Amino acid sequence: MTDSKYFTTTKKGEIFELKAELNSDKKEKKKEAVKKVIASMTVGKDVSALFPDVVNCMQTDNLELKKLVYLYLMNYAKSQPDMAIMAVNTFVKDCEDPNPLIRALAVRTMGCIRVDKITEYLCEPLRKCLKDEDPYVRKTAAVCVAKLHDINAQLVEDQGFLDTLKDLISDSNPMVVANAVAALSEIAESHPNSNLLDLNPQTINKLLTALNECTEWGQIFILDCLANYTPRDDRESQSICERVTPRLSHANSAVVLSAVKVLMKFMEMLPKDLDYYGTLLKKLAPPLVTLLSAEPELQYVALRNINLIVQRRPEILKHEMKVFFVKYNDPIYVKLEKLDIMIRLASQANIAQVLAELKEYATEVDVDFVRKAVRAIGRCAIKVEQSAERCVSTLLDLIQTKVNYVVQEAIVVIKDIFRKYPNKYESVIATLCENLDSLDEPEARAAMIWIVGEYAERIDNADELLESFLEGFHDESTQVQLQLLTAIVKLFLKKPTETQELVQQVLSLATQDSDNPDLRDRGYIYWRLLSTDPVAAKEVVLAEKPLISEETDLIEPTLLEELICHIGTLASVYHKPPSAFVEGSRGVQHKRLPGSAGSGESVESPDPGAAATETPPAVIPSQGDLLGDLLNLDLTPTTTTGPPPPTTSGMQMGAMDLLSGGLDSLLGGDIGGNPAMGAAFGAAPATMPASFNAPGSGGLDDLFDLGGGVGMPMGALNPPKAVWLPAMKAKGLEISGVFVRRAGVIQMEMTLTNKAMSVMTDFAIQFNRNSFGLAPAGPLQILTPLSPNQSIEPLNNLQVAVKNNIDVFYFSCQYPISMLFVEDGKMERQVFLATWKDIPNDNESQFQIKDCHLNSDAASNKLQSSNIFTIAKRTVEGQDMLYQSMKLTNGIWVLAELRVQAGNPNYTVSSVALAIGPIINQNGFENGFTNQAL
Amino acid sequence: MIGGLFIYNHKGEVLISRVYRDDIGGPLNGVMILLDAFRVNVIHARQQVRSPVTNIARTSFLHVKRSNIWLAAATKQNVNATMVFEFLYKMCDVMAAYFGKISEENVKNNFVLIYELLDEILDFGYPQNSETGALKTFITQQGIKSQTKEEQSQITSQVTGQIGWRREGIKYRRNELFLDVLESVNLLMSPQGQVLSAHVSGRVVMKSYLSGMPECKFGMNDKIVIDKQGKGGGSEDVAKSGKQSIAIDDCTFHQCVRLSKFDTERSISFIPPDGDYELMRYRTTKDIILPFRVIPLVREVGRTRLEVKVVIKSNFKSSLLAQKIEVRIPTPLTTSGVQLICMKGKAKYKASENAIVWKVKRMAGMKESQISAEIELLPTNDKKKWARPPISMNFEVPFAPSGLKVRYLKVFEPKLNYSDHDVIKWVRYIGRSGIYETRC
Repeated sequence: MTDSKYFTTTKKGEIFELKAELNSDKKEKKKEAVKKVIASMTVGKDVSALFPDVVNCMQTDNLELKKLVYLYLMNYAKSQPDMAIMAVNTFVKDCEDPNPLIRALAVRTMGCIRVDKITEYLCEPLRKCLKDEDPYVRKTAAVCVAKLHDINAQLVEDQGFLDTLKDLISDSNPMVVANAVAALSEIAESHPNSNLLDLNPQTINKLLTALNECTEWGQIFILDCLANYTPRDDRESQSICERVTPRLSHANSAVVLSAVKVLMKFMEMLPKDLDYYGTLLKKLAPPLVTLLSAEPELQYVALRNINLIVQRRPEILKHEMKVFFVKYNDPIYVKLEKLDIMIRLASQANIAQVLAELKEYATEVDVDFVRKAVRAIGRCAIKVEQSAERCVSTLLDLIQTKVNYVVQEAIVVIKDIFRKYPNKYESVIATLCENLDSLDEPEARAAMIWIVGEYAERIDNADELLESFLEGFHDESTQVQLQLLTAIVKLFLKKPTETQELVQQVLSLATQDSDNPDLRDRGYIYWRLLSTDPVAAKEVVLAEKPLISEETDLIEPTLLEELICHIGTLASVYHKPPSAFVEGSRGVQHKRLPGSAGSGESVESPDPGAAATETPPAVIPSQGDLLGDLLNLDLTPTTTTGPPPPTTSGMQMGAMDLLSGGLDSLLGGDIGGNPAMGAAFGAAPATMPASFNAPGSGGLDDLFDLGGGVGMPMGALNPPKAVWLPAMKAKGLEISGVFVRRAGVIQMEMTLTNKAMSVMTDFAIQFNRNSFGLAPAGPLQILTPLSPNQSIEPLNNLQVAVKNNIDVFYFSCQYPISMLFVEDGKMERQVFLATWKDIPNDNESQFQIKDCHLNSDAASNKLQSSNIFTIAKRTVEGQDMLYQSMKLTNGIWVLAELRVQAGNPNYTVSSVALAIGPIINQNGFENGFTNQAL
Repeated sequence: MIGGLFIYNHKGEVLISRVYRDDIGGPLNGVMILLDAFRVNVIHARQQVRSPVTNIARTSFLHVKRSNIWLAAATKQNVNATMVFEFLYKMCDVMAAYFGKISEENVKNNFVLIYELLDEILDFGYPQNSETGALKTFITQQGIKSQTKEEQSQITSQVTGQIGWRREGIKYRRNELFLDVLESVNLLMSPQGQVLSAHVSGRVVMKSYLSGMPECKFGMNDKIVIDKQGKGGGSEDVAKSGKQSIAIDDCTFHQCVRLSKFDTERSISFIPPDGDYELMRYRTTKDIILPFRVIPLVREVGRTRLEVKVVIKSNFKSSLLAQKIEVRIPTPLTTSGVQLICMKGKAKYKASENAIVWKVKRMAGMKESQISAEIELLPTNDKKKWARPPISMNFEVPFAPSGLKVRYLKVFEPKLNYSDHDVIKWVRYIGRSGIYETRC
């Protein structure tokens, strides 16, 4: 007997026949009829009219029939809520059945019937089932709580099911634990702030124990839940990692990837010099490679994830290039992903192999794949300088094939190669020009036009070439039009005599006949520049362009961090945060990686010289994914080729007020339309200009750069600027800065440099909550708050968010605590004495300042300029004891005793603070000293 | 989690549709629209499948295809995609274990069973125990009325228990086990004979017919284990065995293997499932024995003729025999005629596959054979060059190309009175070609 016959009944009076059969006395016939009903339901026929008849069949001891009826109920109960009530009794009865399989079946099905009236009846049976003696029933009930929560969250809370669910985490059966974890994780997701999944070392320990015992799926639930935990310190982090690593040998790829997620996340907390850190890195590579021998769909997911892992920790897979070589029979989606990773792993050591492979791929059939391979060759040239020459010659070979899309792709990448290595490979231009006619894609045309304009002086017939493009000006895409305009202006500046007519033609086309505002504006700017000051025009238009960086298509770091937290999930496949494709409250929480051990990260490159002379690592805007956006969400930025016109930009910067200091007269420095920007905080009108370097306006910034420094009191702190936010991490925006205290006001001086290729506007700033309540005043932008401070970070750590038209960038920097000392910090002698005695010993801390070659008087003077006042001085046994006081902006007094021994460069400081503990640490004092002592 | 699971035939008709969550479109109509969306955008798409994950109307579809059948999971949430794919494969395995090949007919014939399985192994979109051994004890098509209370609780404790893959009380008169080391050797070679990449992916597949709850321990010539033992034992041992040990890049195990024990001691111990299962998978890249070497020679004679000569050399002990040898030499699309001469076996030009297929039934080690072909081409104006796909090869050899050797498989069952010696054990090595390609 087969069941396929049920699919073929398409007679007219079917419903009536079925009705009759359902009410038949014969059990067999009834069962047949229900099967027919289910088959009709599957193919989309409406059989809801049979509801009462089907429900009548529910009372049966035949489990197969019962399951079929339940299936029907789940599908139609919502459309017939009143009738569904009829089924309630049977459900409640089944929940008491001696057979655990039936009890579980009943509670499982009831949870799937989303009818309010039924839900009410579900509570009691569910409560019983959660405490059932049989683990099979308990594990089913655990999931049922999640179902009920989805229907009626309030009810679940009121009935106390959440607590019962939490208790199940300690259940003796591993599968019950796993399902409880899954249910709780899901419920917790819709209550982002609740402490529902109260992960503490005890529960973590329970989960890790259950991990060894439960099914493969249960292991995934538990690992995914573990990934949400943030260990307290590196020791705990290491011990969890140690217990998770065995999972890397599991046959189920999902277990492996979820384990990788936990390890990648917790690794952030391990100190890099730890032996275990290195061991862990080594352990991660083999399982990732093994994933590539799984089925193609899993390979695809694995590759998308490896792409993220390689960006975060390139060292893991740097020796594994070969496994990413494309196989002839790989599905196209696997091929394209492998190609991406090959480029990321390309280095001087393996470039020869990679190039040979890429050349092979460029002759394949699939157009997308071939294009990507050609583009990859260009990217290799940009990434590995030693290979550039070979890449270029490979590209030339490919151009010779005359395959249309290969030629176009090659021209686009050759343009990038020119940007990276100017004046090196221009000999190939002649070959490129031969293919001018075959270019029909905007990107390739734009690239070619850029090349012609850029090297107009070396191309004899540049004017003719550009003129030929001009004929169909209005039919071109914007990208090509803009490029053509710029190219002709360049040509004119290089060869003014022959091309006057041409430039006038293009300017009038752009300004008079076009309705595209971008094009019109650019046209007008050129026009005015050319007519008022041709010399300036030359300087602007033909300015030296910044080089492009080697790494392209990188995922923005904050997004990358978030995606690492989502390894294995759809977010990691789409390379988009969950909020981009999940509706409702779920997944809106942004996950972040935990901070690393120590404060190593916050004090980056204190040497300003090095930071300034480094070549700016601008980022090429990511080329639109050839596959097309997976989600049809328009997140890919449009590629701007060539330098955009120099544009002025406004910047808004609020002043900062000190919460308790009372010094809150504000200055909103809103200076728009000026490349220089004021960034002064506090009441003083000292405007420290910072440079804002728009691309293409190379020399401009020198004029404005750091003209300040006026009125700085002699001897006061003048530390060098440190790079707070490297351009790599912020799409080309580099921020360096320093904190100073001038004329009683805390100032944060920043230099913002635009190292990207496009204009940045709409700046705004905000600080995260910090210990001393520093804040910029003025209108606050709506920003996602930064994740709460890690405890390991020093008190004087300030987390800042700077926003512009491109994105919001977060960085953190430390302000010297000495900056917070206010001018009226000199305490009366008597008060000092009394206070010194009164403060409990607990508040005292002691440390040494090393290598300070000053005598006590000089030290006292120096410190005074930083508002650390000497109250008294006495000499005991050849030691100078300086008693000092200082007051913080938030009103806290700090008293210190400084012991200076003549000839000994090490000072001993013991400090005490009023009200709160020893907040003054080495930092403050050292800042007061070292910077001046040097 | 998974919102719904659907099975389609190649025409895009829905064979099975099970909805777990309302968010994917509510009952009835919403789901119908979704089902259609997948059919139109993926099954009926004009282009080749560009990704196994598709987002249509803010719903993500993850699909796999088995012969003509499409299995798709739909979700609106940020699910663990790896888990969903693993589950879809598992679903295929479970169905295959119940009714054999996954075909439209079989799915239709067993749709009630499939619904029952889907209800059991996926709850609210969360995968549950999907071990066929356990499922078969209570999901049958005969009903489970007759079960006693003891049997019922035994079922539930097995399904949820620590050893979900084996039930208690199994008895065999003859305790026997079969161990197959199945390897597939993969190669990509340049025309000049340079190995571009080579690896072996191997599987240890077991068939066990053992009574009770036996504790097994599996040992092989894993370099790490041998080296460790060598340190303890005499130096003679190291010299002897060290040579034969192999470096395993990575391995994964069936869930019955105690992973933490492997992690700390590198010993493989487990309580095996009853019957067929895959104990482990592994991968090696070092010191691989490449059973065959392919030497291609392609010469273009003018625009309308190609001369191809391919030599194959067998590279293993001459006492061993390779079987089912097949060499596939791709030909250009414009081929109009082919003339073949081969020393051994049979060769044929298959126009429909654009390839010359040369088959040799058997070939001993350390031998050599060759084929030459003259290919006539149609003259064309097409500028596009022929892509020259690689020459691929298939074969089967009676040894493990990785060099893996099973050292022991010990069985302990303290409760029953049979010892390791009473168990009859069979070991077999089969090396097959994976993707074994030589570029020409």
